[in-house]
Amino acid sequence: MTDPIVSVRKLMKRYGNGFEALKGVDLDIEEGEILALLGPNGAGKTTLISAICGITTPTEGTITVGGHDTVRDFRAARALIGLVPQEINLEPFEPVAGTVAFSRGLFGKPRNPKLIARVLDSLSLGDKATARVRELSGGMKRRVLIAKALSHEPRVLFLDEPTAGVDVELRRGMWEIVADLKRQGVTIILTTHYIEEAEAIADRIAIIDAGRILLVEEKAALMARMGQKVLHVALTSRLEDVPKTLSSYNLSLSEDGRSLIYTYDTRAARTGVVRLLAAIDAAGLQVADVTTQESSLEEIFVGLTRHEPKEAVA
Amino acid sequence: MNLAAIRAIYVFEMQRFFRTLAQSVVSPVLSTSLYFVVFGAAIGSRIETVEGIPYGAFIVPGLIMLTVLTQATSNASFGIYFPKFIGTIDEILSAPLSFIEITFGFVGAAATKALFIGLITLATAFFFVDLAILHPVWMLVFLILTCVSFALLGFIIGIWADNFEKLQLVPLLVITPLVFLGGSFYSISMLPPAWQTVTLFNPVVYLVSGFRWSFFGEVDVAIELSVAMILLFLALCLGTIWWIFRTGWKLRK
Repeated sequence: MTDPIVSVRKLMKRYGNGFEALKGVDLDIEEGEILALLGPNGAGKTTLISAICGITTPTEGTITVGGHDTVRDFRAARALIGLVPQEINLEPFEPVAGTVAFSRGLFGKPRNPKLIARVLDSLSLGDKATARVRELSGGMKRRVLIAKALSHEPRVLFLDEPTAGVDVELRRGMWEIVADLKRQGVTIILTTHYIEEAEAIADRIAIIDAGRILLVEEKAALMARMGQKVLHVALTSRLEDVPKTLSSYNLSLSEDGRSLIYTYDTRAARTGVVRLLAAIDAAGLQVADVTTQESSLEEIFVGLTRHEPKEAVA
Repeated sequence: MNLAAIRAIYVFEMQRFFRTLAQSVVSPVLSTSLYFVVFGAAIGSRIETVEGIPYGAFIVPGLIMLTVLTQATSNASFGIYFPKFIGTIDEILSAPLSFIEITFGFVGAAATKALFIGLITLATAFFFVDLAILHPVWMLVFLILTCVSFALLGFIIGIWADNFEKLQLVPLLVITPLVFLGGSFYSISMLPPAWQTVTLFNPVVYLVSGFRWSFFGEVDVAIELSVAMILLFLALCLGTIWWIFRTGWKLRK
């Protein structure tokens, strides 16, 4: 395995008022992957990104990007990074192409109007190159921010809540842009609190809460490992209560009384499904249909960040 | 050194200036003309000469200094305050730059604008008074040094300010009084001895005196002292900026 492109070690950030935004974060990001950093508001997502990008000075800990320390060798480290901030921070009176070219200059790259035009085209902003920023819609402004971040051909791109306040269609457009960048070999770290978004585009998911990384896992492995499944057994007849002979199972009755709901853990050696079905048969109930449902990332996420054991689905 | 970044910031700032060229130039030309009408023609005609120099000509260096100081400070303070205000400062802080490039870009642009307006003010003065410049090279040196040092001061003010009121506060409450009390429109020798001593604590005195020397060869304070004071002021501002970026004061969270 190659060295991680971004490596964060024991990162602490304490503010003047004593508030600890990051409490010892360790995180490795592999080259070419899409990592979704998931967490509730105030979890430390933006602080972590700001520290890696050099906007916030960490209290303790080290960060390397492409093997370069972000403090001692900050020029080499930062040259590899593009940042799309959460807030739409743009000079309102600048022409679009001008503000993107400015970003390229800031990162020490020689002028390249062709590349800027290509970046704008790839973000469907080609016809807005000479328009002033303030004339653009919110979705376009967000794409201008992406164009600015891509203007210096970064190897690592941070997207801080790229789809906050963006409508469904634009959000899908944004996912396509991200997928396209991944194909070009750009490593992408995005923060989000839309679980749907992480589920749709991430390779790995890191969950952060109260300044700590709770877990980092492959998306599929995470969902398989932590997934709980729900078995719905639809019956031909209506029940008032769960039959006594089935009381040893963790069962509940649906509201209409027409199906039994069984929650089980896919990790368990025995899921108990076969035994349950036999018991249902023995109880003299007629099974009309059986369906299973995998718990979503959202449920996993809520379970983790609430700091309490996950309850059985009622 | 990231030269492309210095150029990017400098060009960006200068473009803002040229977009609003009319208002950038018209207002100093107008205010200079008003000063000449009021001080030069109306009042000056009764004063005649100060230290052997016709009063209309005598006030030219002070008037240019007034304009340059105000312009350098306000341009530089606004230049760095605006990105802070709208949040684009984050991009600058996350770029591979040190304080040197950021300062060069912003202060360089603000000083250029101030120099440009100072020269326009000088050109305007030629329409109103007979003027000869004794040491033109020194005149330019003083002008450039002043532009740079007060652009540095403005840069510090822009970083310090966290609202628009503070941005206006220092120019209004500190710089304007210092310029008016710094011998812009009179010779320090015209003051009672006690006030002359007080005046020597005003840094603008040295600027105006040195600048006036480059025009007429007449001084309030020794020319070497003027040069030394302006260099000291420059060094103080640079030191402060170095400290600001080293500690992240008011810039980094």
